Amino acid sequence: MLSKRIIPCLDVREGKTTKGIKFKNNIDIGDPVAMARFYYEQGADELVFYDITASSDKRDIMIDVVRRTAENIFIPFSVGGGIRTVEDMRRVLLAGAEKISVNSAAVKNPRIITDGALAFGNQCIVLGMDVKKVKASTAIPSGYEIVINGGRTHMGIDALWWAREAERLGAGEICLNSIDADGTKEGYEMTLTRMISEAVTIPVIASGGAGTPEHIRAVLADAGADAGLIASMTHFGTYTVQQIKEYLHQSGVKMRMAW
Amino acid sequence: MIAIIDYKAGNLTSVERAVRHLGHAVQVTDEPAAIRAAERIIFPGVGAAGRAMADLKALGLALLLIEAFAAGKPILGICLGTQIIFDYSDENTTPCLGLIPGRVRRFPEPLFDGPVRLKIPHMGWNRVAFIDRHPVFANIDPANEFYFVHSYYPEVAPGAEALIAGTTHYGFPFSSAVARDNLVAVQFHPEKSGPGGLTLLDNFCGWRPAC
Repeated sequence: MLSKRIIPCLDVREGKTTKGIKFKNNIDIGDPVAMARFYYEQGADELVFYDITASSDKRDIMIDVVRRTAENIFIPFSVGGGIRTVEDMRRVLLAGAEKISVNSAAVKNPRIITDGALAFGNQCIVLGMDVKKVKASTAIPSGYEIVINGGRTHMGIDALWWAREAERLGAGEICLNSIDADGTKEGYEMTLTRMISEAVTIPVIASGGAGTPEHIRAVLADAGADAGLIASMTHFGTYTVQQIKEYLHQSGVKMRMAW
Repeated sequence: MIAIIDYKAGNLTSVERAVRHLGHAVQVTDEPAAIRAAERIIFPGVGAAGRAMADLKALGLALLLIEAFAAGKPILGICLGTQIIFDYSDENTTPCLGLIPGRVRRFPEPLFDGPVRLKIPHMGWNRVAFIDRHPVFANIDPANEFYFVHSYYPEVAPGAEALIAGTTHYGFPFSSAVARDNLVAVQFHPEKSGPGGLTLLDNFCGWRPAC
């Protein structure tokens, strides 16, 4: 039986993480490769990098981060942010990433999902979805809408429809981020996660809102998520990945406990 | 020198990086001369069986692998490489190399584990119960898990069960590792399986088969 996965997420701008790991003794790691190595050694099951570099001429810095990460850690990791073409995907995969995450680029051009899946296999293509709760309507029957630009732009697309459509187009996995829960540390959006998990047969990674190990247990055990994305919980030294996995294991969630 | 066979089947650099990280000399190559000269062979691969067999034949590497096996050279199959050493794959109805008797089948759908419907591909971390302590699987914690990504699984032919070296449970038990003389093959990705996977690769790189 498969283990549920714990996936730390690192935001990277021009080769530096925007939130470094802050240890109790005030040492701050801002190098994404060192952070990746740190989480690898703690037993992270996978990693996600989001490249939030604004200018496209500095994107090569990220390719270098991916290459150095792949030389140092030997678990799967995915890369998202700024990927718009199959050629962008190829560069990141050749540099050593296992998977590619597409979000707003797929909303604007759904064909990128299919093209990527045909070129590299479905398992390489992760659809990132940013979702906001809205009033249910004819256009948005589920009451959850796809947004981009960090939630500022509503796309008029129903999240439930988009999840199913992405699976049909060839996405191998969905990373489901609730904009409402993101940053609150009050727990994942359980209703949304359960709805999407039940609607698709591909794995769903829950994202946004994790503040305690219990939040992760709830989304994995009660909302059907296959993996939990975490960021500030571990970046600020509140918990280690190992502590989180220990808690989940004790609570009866199947976890990878030896590494 | 360890040769990683390059037959255009997916991204081979991750295997190369892991072996290099362990300090072994390694070369990704499709050159028959380089493969013949290599001390040992890693046969990885991601993708579809039909295309992979066609490319292997076109590059003249199918016979070369069979020769290398007969000559006693240590060979490690990984993922699609493992599936291709069986007799036959249901994927694209492909006759394969036939180094291990058996066939490769697609996971049945729907697949259940009790009340839980399992997703296909089988993707993520799972246990491998190693049946006997083959030297390539030495010094690996029995609780260790390995990273899998596949929709087809190997099934060793009736009567050849002695070649099963490890099993994994996904709806039902399947052969996730096989071993025959100088050949070891695994369905999972040791190069993506953390320290336990690196131990396996390192074991292979130092392995001297008895035969």
